[in-house]
Amino acid sequence: MYDAIIVGSGAGGGMATKILSEAGMKVALVEAGPYFDPKDPATATQMKYPWESPRRGASTKRAFGDFDMSWGDWKVEGEPYTQKEGTDFMWWRSRMLGGRTNHWGRISLRFGPKDFKHKDVDGLGENWPISYDDIKPYYDRLDKMVGVFGSNENRENDPDGFFLPPPKPRLHELYYIKGARKAGVDVIPSRLSILTKKLNNDRGVCFYCSQCNRSCNAYADFSSSSVFIIPAVNGTGQVDLYVNSMVRSVTTNDEGKATGVSFINKEDRKEYTLKGRSVVLGASACSTARILLNSKSKEHPNGLGNSSDVVGRYLHDSTGGGRMAFVPALMNRKTNYNEDGVGGLHVYSPWWLDNKNLDFPRGYHIEVWGGLGMPSYGFGFNVSDLNKHIGEELGGYGDKLRKDAKRFYGAVMGMAGRGEAIADKNNRCEIDPTVVDQFGIPVLRFDYKWSDYERYQARHMQDTFEEIIHGLGGVALGDKPTKEQDWGLLKPGQIIHEVGTTRMGNDPKTSVTNKYCQLHDADNVFVVDAGPFVSQADKNCTWTIMALAMRTSDYIVEQYKKKNI
Amino acid sequence: MKRRDSIKVLLVGSIAGATVGSACKTDGTKEILPDVTSTNVYGRTPSEKEHDKKVKEEVYLNKHELATIAVLCDIILPATPTAGSATEAGVPDFIDFIVKDLPYHQLPMRGGLMWLDAEANRRFNKDFVSCSPEEEIKIIDDIAYPDPDGKKPEMSHGIKFFNLIRNLTMTGYYTTKMGFEDLGVTSNYANVWDGVPAEVLADHDVDYDPEWVAKCVDQSKRMDIAEWDEKGNLIT
Repeated sequence: MYDAIIVGSGAGGGMATKILSEAGMKVALVEAGPYFDPKDPATATQMKYPWESPRRGASTKRAFGDFDMSWGDWKVEGEPYTQKEGTDFMWWRSRMLGGRTNHWGRISLRFGPKDFKHKDVDGLGENWPISYDDIKPYYDRLDKMVGVFGSNENRENDPDGFFLPPPKPRLHELYYIKGARKAGVDVIPSRLSILTKKLNNDRGVCFYCSQCNRSCNAYADFSSSSVFIIPAVNGTGQVDLYVNSMVRSVTTNDEGKATGVSFINKEDRKEYTLKGRSVVLGASACSTARILLNSKSKEHPNGLGNSSDVVGRYLHDSTGGGRMAFVPALMNRKTNYNEDGVGGLHVYSPWWLDNKNLDFPRGYHIEVWGGLGMPSYGFGFNVSDLNKHIGEELGGYGDKLRKDAKRFYGAVMGMAGRGEAIADKNNRCEIDPTVVDQFGIPVLRFDYKWSDYERYQARHMQDTFEEIIHGLGGVALGDKPTKEQDWGLLKPGQIIHEVGTTRMGNDPKTSVTNKYCQLHDADNVFVVDAGPFVSQADKNCTWTIMALAMRTSDYIVEQYKKKNI
Repeated sequence: MKRRDSIKVLLVGSIAGATVGSACKTDGTKEILPDVTSTNVYGRTPSEKEHDKKVKEEVYLNKHELATIAVLCDIILPATPTAGSATEAGVPDFIDFIVKDLPYHQLPMRGGLMWLDAEANRRFNKDFVSCSPEEEIKIIDDIAYPDPDGKKPEMSHGIKFFNLIRNLTMTGYYTTKMGFEDLGVTSNYANVWDGVPAEVLADHDVDYDPEWVAKCVDQSKRMDIAEWDEKGNLIT
């Protein structure tokens, strides 16, 4: 009998594993994928050159390229998901210890005071049952525990924290700063969970290879595998790790309380059960919804935690849009210095406007990319087309082509907007009535449509990008997306910030969990992934997943000590 | 560091880690950055290893097609006084692999090569590879440039094909050691980033804002464990 069974080893499951095991609870950690350690040379891709991949990094087998550290992407072999007709939700799953935290962008933004009570501002969606003040102490602890670089800027809705110092901007980022300021767009140092300075004696310090998406062998970025789970498994002796173990359902008793989980061992394809006093779900917003909906019993006929019919509903992802720019002033630039930097942006633009004067609700932030990266598959494609912007000849071969490759190297940059969608009851995942995966487990079917709130936001992004590009002396590449193209709004799910499927609230009729991420319908079941999010904010979700998971874990420890679980 | 030096360093990653990528700690001892020696594995899962093996064993392009590709690659990127040619960089082998790995390239590649032979036959009564360099270039000059106004409609399929082979040649070349050296890639070794060098900034109409730089990392203190005051100000 375990004190807690934790399902999923990503950001939330990793935090719960750390806190519960350090508090002396006996924990089973159940992960659907295999063991992974970023340090293991047999699986590492960090610091590899493109020629070490026969496809030079092309995305044939890994959607974000051959070196990206995610086992599993939009597709997982033998584990499909389906769509309601006329909809197209994209769902990324990483089947490995640490889950998606092994390759994520490390952008770590606290939600601000407004983000928890945004209904009070614009009447849309729902307020959270907690406020920024409730979660602030956990963000503070998290900053010091995991490490995040950034700067205190005293902004109303982008709270200060305990930051490591940020790296200096790269050359294209200096251009971005210039363009953004001309366009009246705020720009500040970015906030990423990468160690630019020593945090403790267990982890290394960033050595600026820019490859956080390959997972750091020095543990200098946050991956749940290296920062939480491997130390917890090796440390307290309180954690039993079950890998390649795919949870089918939460088992319950006559009182409707959880008794443990039922899972498939992928190696022998047989079903096993684990018994626990409590179950902590951190399988990801949609996988947790799937497990709950597949946990039907006499006591929970509509699925566990689903007496409200809210499980799987209010699913929402960040909005996304982007634009590339050619910067003539960056042509023929000196390349004799290493500007790899950290993995991702050194500067960004937090949301800077007041929606009162706009035709859409909520905001977006802007991320920047560019620079002298290592070439990989796709490098040099149509490179001579850039000549049309400087009135020179397109096409060709031989010396002309070599010259084009060199003079345009590092002269293209881009920006991406990531914004807040409005959570909608009709956007959901549910159990497909006829399709099962290779383990016989019914799969999810998605049903998600954007509204004009998100479309008009995407239109505003495109206008902003063009203003910034103009301001920095660049030329926007490609055609501006049109109304028919939803102004370039990416597909739902594509930003991989899906949240909201087990949202928290004070009313059991309209929410799945209470403010401690504890199921209204079964008080020994908790959710530590992005399911309990009431709204997404114009921020990336991981830092808030972890702060909430820490708060929930503290609450579980308290209940355990009181012998309530 | 001159470009040539940096490339030598780049080609021996482990040494780069110890010599280029070093920073002084405040106590004066040298911090040695991680040894990032490349190994012969590139981190494949079992199913990926199986896929790579299967693709390598498959045969798609035949000898004649590969011979034609070799000629085209070296027209696209011939040797220069300082850099090798596309075939010296192994580009035909890369194209042989990638059309099997990404099968959507197969038909355009095979059909394009046939189009080229047909064109060579029409003009010179022989295969493309049997043409003299002058004859080859006569055809290539008709398909190596875009034709947005449709002045040469009979060349449109050739133009499309040449774009494909040019793209794959460029990517295949510039993702090799030889290509890195030719391009001047100074990347992928452990180092300590401390901003754009002044000599580079001098070429550009942008600069560091002192207020911004004051917030940034002091690399001489990077190995000192972070501590903050109650307000979140870093004190180490």
